[in-house]
Amino acid sequence: MHGGTLLVQIGAVLFSLALLGRLAKKAGLSPIPLYLLAGLAFGQGGLVRLEASAEFLAIGAEIGVILLLVMLGLEYSADELVGNLKRSAGVGVLDAALNALPGAAMALLLGWGPVAAVVLAGVTWVSSSGVIAKVINDLGRLGNRETPSILSILVIEDLAMAFYLPLLTALLAGRGLSGGALALVVAVAAVGAVLVVATRYGSTVSALVAADERESLLLGVFGLTVLVAGVAQQLQVSAAVGAFLVGIALSDQVAHHAARLLEPLRDLFAAVFFVVFGLITNPRDIPPYLLPAVALAAVTIATKVYTGYLAATRAGIAVPGRWRAGLTLTPRGEFSIVIAGLAATSAAVEPEIAPLATAYVLITVVCGPLLARLPDAAWFRRRVMRVDTVPR
Amino acid sequence: MGVRIEQTALPGIGVRYDIVTGSGRRIGVVVRRGTDDRELVIASRNDPDSCLASIPLTDDEADALAEILSASMIASQLSQLAEGIAGLFTEQIALGSSSPYVGRRLGDTKARTRTKASIVAVLRGGQVIPTPGPEFAFQANDVVVAVGTRTGVDGVADILAGRR
Repeated sequence: MHGGTLLVQIGAVLFSLALLGRLAKKAGLSPIPLYLLAGLAFGQGGLVRLEASAEFLAIGAEIGVILLLVMLGLEYSADELVGNLKRSAGVGVLDAALNALPGAAMALLLGWGPVAAVVLAGVTWVSSSGVIAKVINDLGRLGNRETPSILSILVIEDLAMAFYLPLLTALLAGRGLSGGALALVVAVAAVGAVLVVATRYGSTVSALVAADERESLLLGVFGLTVLVAGVAQQLQVSAAVGAFLVGIALSDQVAHHAARLLEPLRDLFAAVFFVVFGLITNPRDIPPYLLPAVALAAVTIATKVYTGYLAATRAGIAVPGRWRAGLTLTPRGEFSIVIAGLAATSAAVEPEIAPLATAYVLITVVCGPLLARLPDAAWFRRRVMRVDTVPR
Repeated sequence: MGVRIEQTALPGIGVRYDIVTGSGRRIGVVVRRGTDDRELVIASRNDPDSCLASIPLTDDEADALAEILSASMIASQLSQLAEGIAGLFTEQIALGSSSPYVGRRLGDTKARTRTKASIVAVLRGGQVIPTPGPEFAFQANDVVVAVGTRTGVDGVADILAGRR
C-alpha cells in the first residue's frame, strides 16, 4: 500500500502552498501565480514527482473548479445578473470582441486548429473577478464611481461563461459545430430556466438546503452543487456551469451563509486545482512559448484597458476614472486556467496550449495589480491622464 | 429636504449610497451585502469619481455618527430659534454617566427655579424628546437642550454635572 506516501505527498503539497500563500500575502500578490509555479515545480519535468497522490489531486482539482464556480454564482443574485445583462449587454459584446479575438488570432498564427482558437479566445477574454475584486478592495476604490462599470463587465463575463463553457466542452469532445450549437441551446435554456426560477421561486430552492445548523447547510449546499455538476457533466453540458447555476439559484440569506461556509473549502480545492494545472504542464515546454505569451499579454492588456476605458466613458466617468477602470481590468486568472485546464486534458487541441496559457496567465496576473496602481502615480497622472493635481 | 440619495448596485459586493452636497462634494456609504459591514467614503474634490478615504465602520460607530449628525441638526434648528432674541442662548449639555441626575427626574434638578433657564428638549438615541415635564427621568448619555441667558445655561450645565 502507498497509503503513507499518499498522505506525505498531499500534506507536503498543501503545507508548501500555505507557505507560498503567506509569501504572496506579504508581497501583496495574488497567490494564484505562486500556486501555478508550485505545480510546475512538482509536476512532470519539474523538481519533485508526485505519482502516488496524482489521482487524489486530480479529483481535488475537479472539485476545486466546481467550488470556484458555485461561489461565483453565490456572489451574484439572479436580479443582478438580469439587470446587468439588460444594462451592459453592449459593453459585454464589445469586451468579448476586443479581448477574445486576439487570443483566437494568436492560435491561428501559431498554426493551431479552430478548436484551439476557441480555447485561447476564452483564455484572453475573461478577466479574473477574484483578483480584481481584491485589487479594488486593497486600493480603497470600492466607493469610486467607476467601480460599478468594472464590476458589471466582470458579471457579464462570468455569465457569458455559462454559455461558453458548454460550447467549449462540446467542441473539445469532438462533437463539432452541430454538437457545439446543441450544447449552446441547452445552456441558454438551462440558464434562462434557472434565472426565471431564481427570480420567482428563489426562496423555494433555498428552502431545499436551508438549515439552522452550519453542518447540514454545508453538506446540503455542497452536496446539491456536486450532484447538479455531475448531472450537467453527464448531459455533456460542463460540470462547472451546473455548479454556477446552483449558486445563482440560491438566494439571499441562504446564499450568504453558504458562501461563508464554502469559502475555506473553495480556497483549499481551488489551490489544488491551480497546482494540478501546473502539474500537467511541463516547465520545459514554456520557454518556446514565452515570446508569444508576452506578445499576447501586451495586446490583450491594451484591449482590456480600452474596454474598461470605454465602459467608464459610457457611464459618464471623467478621464482619470476611465483609466482606473481600464487598468484595473487587465489580470486574467481562475477562468483562463479553468478553460485551459479543460483543453489540456482533451485530444482535440494542441497540448502546447497549456504552457502558453500558463505563461500568459502568470504575466497578466502579476502585471495586472501593478498596472491598477498606475493611475495613482504622479507621472502617470501628469503625462497620460493630463491631470496636474493629486486628488484632494 | 430635497437632497437626492443616489443608490448604485455593486454586483457581487453590495450597494453604494451617495449624496452630493451643495458645495459639490460627494459622500457615500458602501454596504456589503448580507453583512452589517459598511464603509463611509469621501470623494476627492478635484476627481469626484475617486475616493480620498474609505473608512470601515462597525455597527456602533455608524450609530454614533448618525446620532451626532442628527443631534447637531436638531441643535442648529433650535439655535436658529434663539438667534432672533438678543441675549438668549441655546446649549446642548451631555449627561455623563457620572452625573448625579442619571436615573432621577427632571423636577429634581429645580433648574428652572435656580437658573431661570429652561430645559426645552432632550436628545436620546438619535430621537428628540420635546418639552420634557418634571416627571421626565434622565438616562446616561442623554443630551439636554437648555435655553436661557449665558449664566442661566451655564448654571444648568453645572447642576447636571453635580457642581451645584
